Amino acid sequence: MKNLFEQCLASLRVVAATLAVCSGLYVLVILGAAQLFTPHTANGSLIEDGKGGYVGSELLATGFTRPEYLWPRPSACNYDASATGGSNLSPTSDALRERVQGSIAQYGVEAGTLLPTDLVTASGGGLDPHITLQGALVQTARIAGARGVDAAKVEGIVRAHGSRPGWILGGDPIVNVLLVNLDLDKRLR
Amino acid sequence: MSQTIPIQEPSGTEAKLSRRKARQAALFEPDLVWTAAKQSIVMLKPWLMVRNPVMFVTEVSAALSTLVLALDLQRGAENLPYTVTVVVVLWLTVLFANFAEALAEARGKAQAETLRRTRGTTVARRRRDDASIDITTSDDLRIGDVVLVAAGEVIPSDGEVIAGAAMVDESAITGESAPVVREAGGDRSGVTGGTRVLSDEITVRITTGVGESFLDRMIALVEGAVRQKTPNELALTVTLAGMTLAFLLVTGAIGPMGRYFGVEIPLPTLMALLVCLIPTTIGALLAAIGLAGMDRALSANVLAKSGKAVELAGDVDTLLLDKTGTITMGDRQATAFHPLPGIDPALLAEAAMLASFGDPTPEGKSILVLGEQLLGARAPRERTGGELIAFSAHTRLSGLNLPDGRKYRKGAGDAVRRFVLEQGGEIPPALQPMVDSVARQGATPIVAALGGEVLGVIELSDVLKPGIRDRFERLSAMGLRVVMVTGDNPLTAAAIAAQAGVDDYIAEATPEDKLEYIRREQRGGRLVAMMGDGTNDAPALAQADIGVAMSSGTQAAKEAGNMVDLDSDPTKLIEVIEIGKQLLITRGALTTFSIANDVAKYFAIIPAMFVLALPRLAPLNVMGLSTPQSAILSALIFNAIIIPILIPIAIKGVTYRPLGADALLRNNLLIYGLGGILAPFAGIKLIDLVLGATQIF
Amino acid sequence: MNIVFVIAVVAGTALLSWPAGKYMAAMMHPAAGAKSRVSQLDRIAGKLAEQDWKQYCFSLLLFNAFMFTVTFLLLSLQQYLPLNPDGKGAIEPSLVFNTTASFVTNTNLQHYSGEVSMSYLSQLCPLMWLQFVSAATGIAALCALARCLAGNVRCGNFYRDVLRATFLVLLPAAIIVALLLVAGGAPMTLQGAATASSPEGVVQTIARGPVAAFVAIKQLGTNGGGFFGPNSTHPFENPSFLTNIVECMSIMVLSMACVWMFGRITGRLRHAAVIFGAMALLLTLKIGFAVYFESAPAAALHDLPLVASSNMEGKELRFGSTAGPLWAAFTTATSNGSVNSMHNSLNPLAGLVPLAGMWLNETFGGLGVGMINMFLYLIVGVFIAGLMVGRTPEYLTRKVETREMKLAILALLVHPLFILGGTALFASTPWGMGTIKNPGARGFTEILYEFSSAAANNGSGYEGLGDNSAPWNIATGLVMLLARFIPIIIPLAIAGSLAAKKPTPVTTGTLRVDTPLFGMVLLGSVILIGALLFLPVAVLGPVAEHLAALPR
Repeated sequence: MKNLFEQCLASLRVVAATLAVCSGLYVLVILGAAQLFTPHTANGSLIEDGKGGYVGSELLATGFTRPEYLWPRPSACNYDASATGGSNLSPTSDALRERVQGSIAQYGVEAGTLLPTDLVTASGGGLDPHITLQGALVQTARIAGARGVDAAKVEGIVRAHGSRPGWILGGDPIVNVLLVNLDLDKRLR
Repeated sequence: MSQTIPIQEPSGTEAKLSRRKARQAALFEPDLVWTAAKQSIVMLKPWLMVRNPVMFVTEVSAALSTLVLALDLQRGAENLPYTVTVVVVLWLTVLFANFAEALAEARGKAQAETLRRTRGTTVARRRRDDASIDITTSDDLRIGDVVLVAAGEVIPSDGEVIAGAAMVDESAITGESAPVVREAGGDRSGVTGGTRVLSDEITVRITTGVGESFLDRMIALVEGAVRQKTPNELALTVTLAGMTLAFLLVTGAIGPMGRYFGVEIPLPTLMALLVCLIPTTIGALLAAIGLAGMDRALSANVLAKSGKAVELAGDVDTLLLDKTGTITMGDRQATAFHPLPGIDPALLAEAAMLASFGDPTPEGKSILVLGEQLLGARAPRERTGGELIAFSAHTRLSGLNLPDGRKYRKGAGDAVRRFVLEQGGEIPPALQPMVDSVARQGATPIVAALGGEVLGVIELSDVLKPGIRDRFERLSAMGLRVVMVTGDNPLTAAAIAAQAGVDDYIAEATPEDKLEYIRREQRGGRLVAMMGDGTNDAPALAQADIGVAMSSGTQAAKEAGNMVDLDSDPTKLIEVIEIGKQLLITRGALTTFSIANDVAKYFAIIPAMFVLALPRLAPLNVMGLSTPQSAILSALIFNAIIIPILIPIAIKGVTYRPLGADALLRNNLLIYGLGGILAPFAGIKLIDLVLGATQIF
Repeated sequence: MNIVFVIAVVAGTALLSWPAGKYMAAMMHPAAGAKSRVSQLDRIAGKLAEQDWKQYCFSLLLFNAFMFTVTFLLLSLQQYLPLNPDGKGAIEPSLVFNTTASFVTNTNLQHYSGEVSMSYLSQLCPLMWLQFVSAATGIAALCALARCLAGNVRCGNFYRDVLRATFLVLLPAAIIVALLLVAGGAPMTLQGAATASSPEGVVQTIARGPVAAFVAIKQLGTNGGGFFGPNSTHPFENPSFLTNIVECMSIMVLSMACVWMFGRITGRLRHAAVIFGAMALLLTLKIGFAVYFESAPAAALHDLPLVASSNMEGKELRFGSTAGPLWAAFTTATSNGSVNSMHNSLNPLAGLVPLAGMWLNETFGGLGVGMINMFLYLIVGVFIAGLMVGRTPEYLTRKVETREMKLAILALLVHPLFILGGTALFASTPWGMGTIKNPGARGFTEILYEFSSAAANNGSGYEGLGDNSAPWNIATGLVMLLARFIPIIIPLAIAGSLAAKKPTPVTTGTLRVDTPLFGMVLLGSVILIGALLFLPVAVLGPVAEHLAALPR
């Protein structure tokens, strides 16, 4: 009995110590470092709209449906950054095929041209802020048409945003949809 | 260096081996097969089967499938040929397993019976306390009874000679035709029931009761009913039972999972899958392997008191072997004459021969042989003239006093030295270095003298048995440490140890030394095996993990050890160890084979089970089996007939070669692991072709 | 280039594991002279006596009971507690049970979505705390096992081990990784959700929080529970290509290091190297398999007007195309369970890799427990291979006999029992059938995956399965608890039993466990046992789906 009591006491002491350090001290150290050195990203990489509000986060996709904007990848959570998620559709399922066919129809491509796959597939979190550069270039004609500007100009802006995040180890060049769209608005109006 | 004189193996060894082989029945002797076949049906009783979890599950599967078949017959369901075949093959699987065990048991019994027949019921002359004699039979003898056995009579039961000495013919037990001497009070006092006294009369105290002799115990070990599972067999049984449980789970889950896909899988098919997956091959042969191990020990003329002892023999790390008779030929032989400076070698040879006429021991005779080789025609012939001084253990001298007063002597250094001094001679300073140098080489120096003059040294060498060095090299490849036990002095012992290539030696060994050595090895975690015959070996035999007593030895020694060697052959230990290792390897190899088989069976059955409901699974039928039913049956039939096919391996044991652990493992993995994966692919395909030809399924 | 990426990550992690293992061994099992430096820490728990395996297990269970109680209370009461800027409400009791069991057992199966249900206090206090101490429990158990196998009947003190593992191993590593994530752009804030309005005027509520600290220990402790629902696919949890590499390596490095630590404590580094090699080979096979099959486009999209590409559904562009299958292999080879792509959207045969990872559950495996699982296969491998060299099998000089085999087989049976039994039950009843997201074979795989994940204490899922129901919460909760503690206690019992035996000397007749040949034996036992038990369900699920989807 005495042994059990001692054991419980030891357990409780270890619980208290680890709880204090892991959930307390550790969080405060990281929080302090983050807020001190990288306050912008530490608070969510938010982009100010110049009127005291935010237009979104550099890291998160947000919805665009108008023709004058670059469209992001489809989102299974409709770009809701407070309840995120993927489609979880099987790559063999009819549901996926139907959804992708719908997306293709939205882009309204002519027969014979091929769309980059990323434009019509949903990301894991539903908030992938990027599309491939190739996928962006497919959209420049539409954007230029809607904005009534020269397609080459749009293409220039889009290309300026292209980057290869993993250098030689990564995949295709990608662009950040929100940043491109903000740039488009800034430069073309 | 003592030279190795080519000497023939002791006579009769070859004959003994061939007799042993003759006693070992042919693998599928009709009589035994018939007995085993009958027995395998008797063994279907569930309360007997439950001892073997794998086969018990198989039997239950067979019974359940039979039930389904009965219902199907009533309803007149289709697919009857298929269901009937499944049921038949399931029952066959159980019968094959029983047959394997029954056959191994029958062989062991047959072998033991041959031994037992020799001792049937014999007449015994029992001496009462009042010294009167009554005539009774061997069945009535109790422990402690004293019987008289005269020439021409059969010794009624195991016992110990308490008075007299006799020549005994033990060929019935050992297969050795040369009679042996059994006498009271020595280390050769043990007699075995069923052997025949050839000369003289001995008084024997009976040491075992009816049904308690080593032979009876051995017979019990090969009889299934009383057989206890050995520790390793038990561990393997547990492992196999666990695997069976796991596959029960796998098969049990497939039923409900099939429901998700809208597939109802018939019970016989599920049972077929279950029986194919559980390790029936090893489950069926496990008992046979153990029994056959005992049987092999028995055919090596070793009576083990328990199966555990045979199994444990495979684990032995240290082997204590007596030098004499095991490592060396036993008798020392004269190999050289070393005359002192200024002495004519011919004189020394002649003197040595003359002095040896009084020494009838093998040593003495070998001096005569060597002398004749050296002197040829000039060699002295034995003559009646003069006074022979016979060799005795007390004087350690032998010699010849010629009528002309010349006194020849030869013998142990100090004894001859004393004689020379008595004769008024003196010891030349060159003698001691010469004696030492001979002793250092592992030989025994014998000094020869003529009157007061020392002539020189005769070198007696222990002659190694032919091939013994190779044998020890094999043992050390197996990881065994060989320790030579000898009464020689450390110098001699070291020299012989080096020649024979043993790892260590105990010189001037007393029984206490042996006991202490065994204990020391055991403290280091080593398992020790030894062989002994004398009463004073008993403590060491009892202490050793494997103690093999010689049949010729005393009762105390036989009681202390856990095996008795009927041949009283000191090299038998090595054989016993190999039998133990072979037993374990056979278990491991067949277990591996059994499990590896499952891969192919899966590829046959799983697509067949679901292909009707999920036709897209067809590409999984990699073997191209004709129909789903034929696929399932082929796997099931393969699973059944592999059991009788492997019976020879189970009973004879896998080929054992004395290699290091790594090489053994690599070989066995290749044969039984890789072979176990590949063989059933071929076998199942073949059966499928045959079944396809019948066009029933 | 994709191959270079995969090799760089795997090889880099393996290299890093060597110094990490050396460090862990020095901290967990310091040499006699070095003890004074770490012994300050031990005083926290009071006087600490050396324990035998039974006492050790008792302390382990008692401490875990306290972990369970504290967490259950804090989660049940979250609506009354502070640090709840977004006002999260009460959590349903069966979900509280499931979540508590899940984090206590180092599983982190999440039947909730973090940003929807959990307050910051719930995330940081019970959940993140458990991510430290449950991982420390695993490391401690492995240390006890290793000490037993080194021949000690007294195998250390649980409290001392758990304190050292938490403060000296996990905490420093977590601080490093958290700072790297902060530098890589992960949020670390206690402010509530922000509201943004897009150029098109769409209002977006952006959930955020103390993400960097949480994600660091989630990866290092083979926990895997995400701060957000979609785990490390969420850009806040995994903002860039570089953070993805950092997190991917963090998943594996300490599990790999555990093997080296095992080798150092038992004093058998060569044996550890053989185990490491067998595990690494298996891992490489799985990665290769996953990368190969995931490089094919989604079958449902064939003949649509799309540029040929690998399967993109459920993947993030910033990580590159092979990062998903690589991570999927890593996260299930260990018992981590975090994801950077959606497993339910993996191609069928690529999805078989995570399943196989959880079925085998010892290609490095969970912190400490992966090596403990491998110990069971070692015992079985040694037993059968040992027979084949003609001796009573022995492991590290101790004889393996009936008692050890009985226990080892029992422990190995637990895993298929829960996976196959659970799947059979749920696949044939509305409990499971009514909750699947995709129809047919994929739906079956969803159920299978959920039970595999719970039994392997992994925590990943074929998400989309409606698993936040009372039957799912209770069934997987129980499975997680039993599948956690039975395979810790039984191996310790075996090791304790071995430790009490007399060692046998090693001769050339002894089966050597430090040779490549033995590595093959081990690999064979793992693959054969795994394949034989799980082949039928693999065929019914992923293989059937793959074959059905082949273009006709």
